[in-house]
Amino acid sequence: MTSIPLTSPQGAPSDTSSAADGRIGENALRPDGTLKVTGEFAYASDLWMDEMVWGTTVRSPHPHARIVSIDIGPALATPGVYAVLTAEDVPGANAVGLEHEDQPVLAETVVRYKGEPVAIVAADHPEIARQAAKKVVVEYDVLEAVTDARAALDPASVQLRPSGNVVRHLKVRKGEELPTAAVVVSLDFEVGMQDQAFLGPESGLAVPAEDGGVDLYVATQWLHVDQRQVCSALGLPPEKVRLSLSGVGGAFGGREDLSMHVHACLLAMHTNKPVKMVYNREESFYGHVHRHPATMSYEFGAEPDGMLVYGRAEILFDGGAYASSTGAVVGNGGTLGLGPYRFPNVHIDCYGVYTNNPPCGAMRGFGCVQAAFAHEALMDALAERVGVSPAAIRKLNGVREGDVNITGQVIDSAAPCEELVQILLDMPLPAERSGADLLSLPGGVANSTHGEGVVRGVGYALTYKNVGFSEGFDDYSTARVRLQVIGGEAVASVHTAAAEVGQGLITVEQQICRTELGVGRVVVHPKNTQVGSGGSTSASRQTYVTGGAVKAACEAVRARVLAAAAQVCGHTADDLALDGGKVVARSGEVVLDLAELLGDAELFADEGVEETVEWRHRPTEAVDPETGQGNAHVQYAFSAHRAVVDVDVDLGLVKVVALDTAQDVGKAINPDAVLGQIQGGSTQGMGLALMEEIVVKDGHIMNPSFTDYLIPTILDTPPMLIKILEYADPHAPYGVRGVGEPPTISSGPAVAAAIRQATGKALRRVPIRPEHITGT
Amino acid sequence: MRVTATVNGETHQIDDVWEGESLMYALRERMGLPGSKNACEQGECGSCTVYLDGVPVCSCLVAAGQAHERDIVTVEGLSDTGELHPVQQAYLEQGAVQCGFCTPGLLVATHDLLSRNPHPSDPQIREALAGNLCRCTGYEKILDAVRAAADRMDGGPA
Ligand code: FES
Ligand code: FES
Repeated sequence: MTSIPLTSPQGAPSDTSSAADGRIGENALRPDGTLKVTGEFAYASDLWMDEMVWGTTVRSPHPHARIVSIDIGPALATPGVYAVLTAEDVPGANAVGLEHEDQPVLAETVVRYKGEPVAIVAADHPEIARQAAKKVVVEYDVLEAVTDARAALDPASVQLRPSGNVVRHLKVRKGEELPTAAVVVSLDFEVGMQDQAFLGPESGLAVPAEDGGVDLYVATQWLHVDQRQVCSALGLPPEKVRLSLSGVGGAFGGREDLSMHVHACLLAMHTNKPVKMVYNREESFYGHVHRHPATMSYEFGAEPDGMLVYGRAEILFDGGAYASSTGAVVGNGGTLGLGPYRFPNVHIDCYGVYTNNPPCGAMRGFGCVQAAFAHEALMDALAERVGVSPAAIRKLNGVREGDVNITGQVIDSAAPCEELVQILLDMPLPAERSGADLLSLPGGVANSTHGEGVVRGVGYALTYKNVGFSEGFDDYSTARVRLQVIGGEAVASVHTAAAEVGQGLITVEQQICRTELGVGRVVVHPKNTQVGSGGSTSASRQTYVTGGAVKAACEAVRARVLAAAAQVCGHTADDLALDGGKVVARSGEVVLDLAELLGDAELFADEGVEETVEWRHRPTEAVDPETGQGNAHVQYAFSAHRAVVDVDVDLGLVKVVALDTAQDVGKAINPDAVLGQIQGGSTQGMGLALMEEIVVKDGHIMNPSFTDYLIPTILDTPPMLIKILEYADPHAPYGVRGVGEPPTISSGPAVAAAIRQATGKALRRVPIRPEHITGT
Repeated sequence: MRVTATVNGETHQIDDVWEGESLMYALRERMGLPGSKNACEQGECGSCTVYLDGVPVCSCLVAAGQAHERDIVTVEGLSDTGELHPVQQAYLEQGAVQCGFCTPGLLVATHDLLSRNPHPSDPQIREALAGNLCRCTGYEKILDAVRAAADRMDGGPA
């Protein structure tokens, strides 16, 4: 009989200090990989503590209603229940949010979407908590719900906020007001609501502390922005609200906003017990923001040869009930919404509105994904009109280094649009389908036909994405790096608060330390708020920004070590470097052993050499509110996809046969991890093109489960040829360019294009459903 | 209800098992074995896959009571040597693990596949792993890992 081991959240995830090799440019292994394959890695939902109780959430059944009364009595009387809390119990500001503090922690007088938290319950067993939650009696007075984004834009519609229904309207104006062109193409496009569908559900553990504060272990993308909001809601100073990152089971934007954070802390402080909260999958669909659905109207004008003259677009994002990051999504949709093409004349209106639909916010690709479906469909339409290939139209119009883009910003590093498209053209195409293998048919063997109606299509897409936070945001990261002797060996340790969500940032942090400090062993400190902010794990920014901070902190440490070495050995510091655990001269001569040098009590204290650096990329600017002009973005990252599909036109089924990518990554710090980002990102984009949609009807989610919300399986996902270019961005550390998002942007439009090519159908909405193909 | 089961070779006993309690809950919250993951609790994702009497099952769909007096192997028990099992090693080395939330279930499913079919073709791998969702990797490196594990367990490519 074994006793039950207790999993303590202290320091979770546990030891990620495994010694491994790998400098930048090499395929270093993940330091948390062994824990992850043995099942020992402590995800947020795995945390466990003695005496802990379980929290659960009571949510609104209505998209829009006034709360008349809440009776917690029956719930509180349930044996095993420790607390039932409502808005009245929020001690600080009952308003949180990323850009606008417009979202209550617990609804007060009004609920604005179905699934909005109204009350929370703590009990000694999760099932008791769930049963008690059902006994919280909330009386609602149902209000008219605004569930159509177009209607919300109408000033005559119900106004959901004192400021109106528009979260942001961005105008981009360039060149002539009413340009004309020989060739004009236009279309409307619609994109459904996509879910991040990370596998690890929202979860965390809040532990009340003796100082009257709280320690929160949680899966998130940005500890410090969470901390700011939790402090404000609890009415506590930052030193009393300490956050630690627990193991994160994927994020993709869905963990930028708070979920159970404040709720668990409130319950913990109220019960004086550790409180664990774990959403199930259905609750997860209500518990985080989604990708904005969009309706778009586009028009491009061009010369007879296909050279673009103007682009006009109206883009409308449904932001749902709360602002979340809608403002920044509108920023991206507007400033990047025409794709990586040269337009002398531009007229864009991009809107994000409040409705009573589920709140929408960040998801991988952030405002560019939706627009890319429209601009790429239109580029294909233009190619067809002027009689050139989809590849040729993109090569002709793609931006180049030195061009001024649609917001007046000079693209001052590589913009290899032509080359990316050419790489795809040069890649081999998959073999023709052999009739024999029924398994390879769209839909596999379970069909009523045997492939008589299968046609093949090929589609291309070219897109770009801003990297890092834009429009003047103070975007920085903090790194603390220490070099010391442990067990006779020089060891580096690196402490940042930048969230590892699966992408491999901790591997990159180790690789940078090994490269800059010439040591083998690098300890990655658990991520928490005991060091300055690392900024968000989003916008493809961490390798760039936290990578930059770690590099800068290493350089500061190295400068001190080499200055000390110079005192001892007679070389100048400039003539010295760190390599292989030694101090070496530029000539290659080994001058000193690093561990010995660090152990010199006269030069260094016991704890070695430590430096903390706050690092910023070059500043961006807010854009002009009337024209959208300005240096809005730090960096642009380009990618292109070619999709090959087989479509059964009788059944409306699609099989993606190949999904090939060319992408410029500036510098691949970890080439294998870069491939992993491209493969995973491409698959998510393909999912949106083919199957992924949260179906919302009158404000209600119709498919909050993995039974009905489909994401690509291994059977749906094709082999991928990938070519990586490394054109260093001179402004970025090591020349890196953000990697994670571009593939999610270009893959979907390529799949849609391939289906259009195969079927000859217009297909102006994604996901493309069987009935769109069969027309039934 | 009291449930006694052998998990990873050791006898575990839990009391007061409630009616709706799943094997997944019992393993994760009561036996201190949180390796099997709780991504959907609906039998759709495979992240909770364990062996039950040698057959892979979604532990979220099995009632804890059904496991009484049966033999369970979880990801924590895939290797009993203290070294990583070749399947685990292959996932690690091939970069098949990103967030890793799908990994425990995929490891059990892969372990099962290779024990039935030491040299699966790509279509056979895809079929065998079709019940395991992964949101991070796009599956390419999972295929690489399965191929590498097959080679490793057999001492070289077939
Ligand atoms: S958690 Fe069991 S199948 Fe998803
Ligand atoms: S690695 Fe994240 S779900 Fe598979």
